[in-house]
Amino acid sequence: MRAFIPNYQLTTPASLAEALTLLESEPGVWKPFAGGTDLMVLLEAGRLAHRNYINIWGLNELRGIEATDTHVTLGALTTYTEVQTNPILRREFPMLCQAASETGGLAIQNRGTLGGNIVNASPAADSPPALLAYDAEIELVSNRGSRWLPYQGFHTGYKQMHIDPDELLARIRLPRNTAGLTHYYRKVGTRKAQAISKVCFAAVGKTGQGKLMETRIVVGSVAPIVVRCVQTEAALRGQRPDEETIAAACASLVREISPIDDIRSTAKYRLQVAKNLLADFLATLRT
Amino acid sequence: MSPIGKAFPRKEGRKKVTGKALYVDDLSFPGMLHGVTVRSPSPRGRITKISFEGDIPWDEFTVVTAKDIPGANYVALILNDQPYLAADFVNHPEEPILLLAHRDKYLLEEARRNVRIEIEEQPAIFNLEDSLARKEIIWGEDNVFKKYLVDKGNVDEVWANADFIVEGEYETGAQEQLYIENNGAIAIANADKGVTVWGSMQCPYYVHKALVKLFDLPEEKIRIIQTETGGGFGGKEEYPSLIAGHAALLAWKSGKPVKMIYDRAEDMVATTKRHPSRTRHKTAVTKDGKLLAVEIDFVIDGGAYCTLSPVVLSRGTIHSAGPYVCPNVRIHSRAVATNVPPHGAFRGFGAPQSIFALERHMDKVARTVGLTPEEFRRRNFIHEGETTATSQVIRERVDMDQLLTRALQLSNYHEKRERFARENAESNGRFRKKRGVGFATFMHGAGFTGSGEVYLQSVVSAEATVEGVVRILAASTEIGQGTNTIFSQIASEALGLDVDLIEIVQPDTAHVPNSGPTVASRTSMVVGKLVESAVTGLKQTLIGSSLLPHEYGQSEFKRACAEYIARFGSLKTSSTYQPPPNVHWDDEKYQGDAYGAYAWAVYVAEVSFDELTYAAHVEDFVALQEVGRVLNPVLAAGQIEGGVAQAIGFTLFENVVWKDGRMANNQMTNYIIPTPVDIPPIRVYFEENPYAYGPGGAKGIGELPMDGAAPAILNALENATGVSFNEIPLLPETLMVKLL
Repeated sequence: MRAFIPNYQLTTPASLAEALTLLESEPGVWKPFAGGTDLMVLLEAGRLAHRNYINIWGLNELRGIEATDTHVTLGALTTYTEVQTNPILRREFPMLCQAASETGGLAIQNRGTLGGNIVNASPAADSPPALLAYDAEIELVSNRGSRWLPYQGFHTGYKQMHIDPDELLARIRLPRNTAGLTHYYRKVGTRKAQAISKVCFAAVGKTGQGKLMETRIVVGSVAPIVVRCVQTEAALRGQRPDEETIAAACASLVREISPIDDIRSTAKYRLQVAKNLLADFLATLRT
Repeated sequence: MSPIGKAFPRKEGRKKVTGKALYVDDLSFPGMLHGVTVRSPSPRGRITKISFEGDIPWDEFTVVTAKDIPGANYVALILNDQPYLAADFVNHPEEPILLLAHRDKYLLEEARRNVRIEIEEQPAIFNLEDSLARKEIIWGEDNVFKKYLVDKGNVDEVWANADFIVEGEYETGAQEQLYIENNGAIAIANADKGVTVWGSMQCPYYVHKALVKLFDLPEEKIRIIQTETGGGFGGKEEYPSLIAGHAALLAWKSGKPVKMIYDRAEDMVATTKRHPSRTRHKTAVTKDGKLLAVEIDFVIDGGAYCTLSPVVLSRGTIHSAGPYVCPNVRIHSRAVATNVPPHGAFRGFGAPQSIFALERHMDKVARTVGLTPEEFRRRNFIHEGETTATSQVIRERVDMDQLLTRALQLSNYHEKRERFARENAESNGRFRKKRGVGFATFMHGAGFTGSGEVYLQSVVSAEATVEGVVRILAASTEIGQGTNTIFSQIASEALGLDVDLIEIVQPDTAHVPNSGPTVASRTSMVVGKLVESAVTGLKQTLIGSSLLPHEYGQSEFKRACAEYIARFGSLKTSSTYQPPPNVHWDDEKYQGDAYGAYAWAVYVAEVSFDELTYAAHVEDFVALQEVGRVLNPVLAAGQIEGGVAQAIGFTLFENVVWKDGRMANNQMTNYIIPTPVDIPPIRVYFEENPYAYGPGGAKGIGELPMDGAAPAILNALENATGVSFNEIPLLPETLMVKLL
């Protein structure tokens, strides 16, 4: 069940420009290889369609965490370990740090990257729910230039996304608007650590005079893509987080997600636990 | 100072942690090829065509089919029904059909994918219910590999007048052994020199026996060498006979050494797992809580071929009535065929399945009668002089009452029971974690069942060198459980020499006698006793030849060995198994002394249940057992901790997802075993009651810790939630359905 290794090649460009030129010259032929934590599993299983890989791990242009007054910007190659240890992220974006700490084990956290977690496009990924709840934006670069777009809407279907064959994901940007928000992140995996999510829930919320001023609710592993539950958010705006509101919100959530039975869990379980997590999140906003 | 009961470090530990220990995949031979198995894509049917496709240089490959087998095309074991290579009909997915060898192991994999096997499919059955219902006859006349009937007293006379009759049904799932090192073997084979195999295995002489038949060669032409082995848990009891045979067939045809190493995906999808089971209980009991009659129907799913299923069934059958005394017992058990890869040996060997059922059922009976689980068991525990289900008279001192009292104290059981009942009833309108405690009381017989040890006729030899080093020759393998260290301690005790002067010889059938398989919790207790008597023979030979005084030191021993060898050429003694006195077993009626000795245990689990995610977590675990003398406290505690952790996996995590008879989650990302954070502190306690016929007083413990955790955890979950769960693995998805 192993891959035929001589059939693969991996090239290591010296710079981002070189990498982009290679991507442009043979569109779709070269697959970027960052930390390799997802790709190596598929390689070992002999299930990788590509035969050509660009090793982008050494591209310093894609590294680093920078903060301005309005944003924190993370290079796409920022590792889970770097996320967890950054003081600004810990203070203002705790769900992202928690997601990073619950992804894989230490070796994976040292090697796996935030950008990889996004473009691997798994609905069960752990950091996208936090990124969506924090209104992240992403930057795609190519020899044609650079473009920023909201992360929300980037993924369009299972393993599908708005990225052109000559583009690389370069940076992720988070607006520093989390003051006064309640953060609620819960990964429900098949065990307590080193597990793939069965349901992953990230939400932030703010109340004023006992009413919900703002909520951002994101659920992973319950649809072909990670789902920002905009209708449920809209239904909650201005409501008191009482039992009636919670019941209505759960009813709305059910219409926004479409979990399935698979090797890890059941649709029924995912739906029920997603509802429970929403109810628990809203109950924390009650006081 | 006696070495018995001391925590000597592992004999091979330094070699392992420094990377010097050589596992089979570390070995290489000049000109060596790699081998791979081409397996059935279908669960059942006739092979109609095999084609070699793709852009592959097929003329470079060695190809072996059933036609190339020089001897008999079956894995010699019990019924000899499993072929090495399916010739024209397959009975399970992943059944071996064809073997390929090539120098380039990657090209080999590419080639494997380009062999197309066409099968004319026939209807298949995938679970024991369909097999029992004979939805399709896939094996023999009735799908039944083996059945047993244990009959004591007459249960039929009891039902009419019993105060209570309590019935229940219990199920357990398959479980993967998941040793760290996958199965693997290297073979060199030719008509001139015969067949030599190096491999990761538990039982070199099982492989030896199988290859004698496969190649139709005399015994001395087959040589099996155990390499350092990274765990077995039963998964390397019978399976190595298959992979060793495959490697040897390729070596025989190619004329070159051939290495076959499974990767994890192949090991999980193709090799043996724990037998799934279904147990039905019907129990008659008085209003005072005394057992009047026990009727048990125990069924295990053996998979497509018989392999070891009759023996697994036997152990499960005998353990199914537990450490209780009851005048009327009827146990009816069957191992049935399905079109899945054969299930096989796995730590506990049938007993964890039947003990799970019994200990869940005991809680149910207690509740029906209106007694606590504790009080009901106390009224029925077996004592010295009383008889088990097989009418075995217990001749050792057994005090289950005292064990239970101590385990409940150590776990703070009564205080927790009271506190959790109060706390679980409180509500703040949010999702809560409910808690519960539960326990199981059980025993596990050590050594082969019934007359098994007598048939085995195990032999251990000991040989002295001129340097005064004593070498132990046995086929019993070190597979991570501590054989080397325990044997050294036993020999050291018997000879009065340092453990460092004892050397354990690598199991190699050309050099070591057959001390039997490394299974059944028998290595310390049964083979250890042979080590003790073999080295005692050495000592007595030296004393008898007046070269050694009765009281001696190490230097005197060394001088005596050197002198003896100078005079007579060598100094070697052997010891052959002798059963303890008054042991009788009737294989026909399944009555008598099933095991020479039992370990007795009480395990207590505390669990929490999360209402938000429906996940159960074991918070605390007390494992108390009476195991005779503890030979090495660190190794013994390690056995118990590892067994309990494996049993927690069996109970709450490890779910083999079957799709048309094939394991669908054959990778470690999807077959979920517990990590350290999923395991509670496992608090291990021993009671010591030396066993007269074990070395240093020891009884077997290898399998015991696999038995008690599952029922203790489910009893605790019932205490936490008020709902009765009777199937494992018990995943959050199932808990949710039952609780909503």
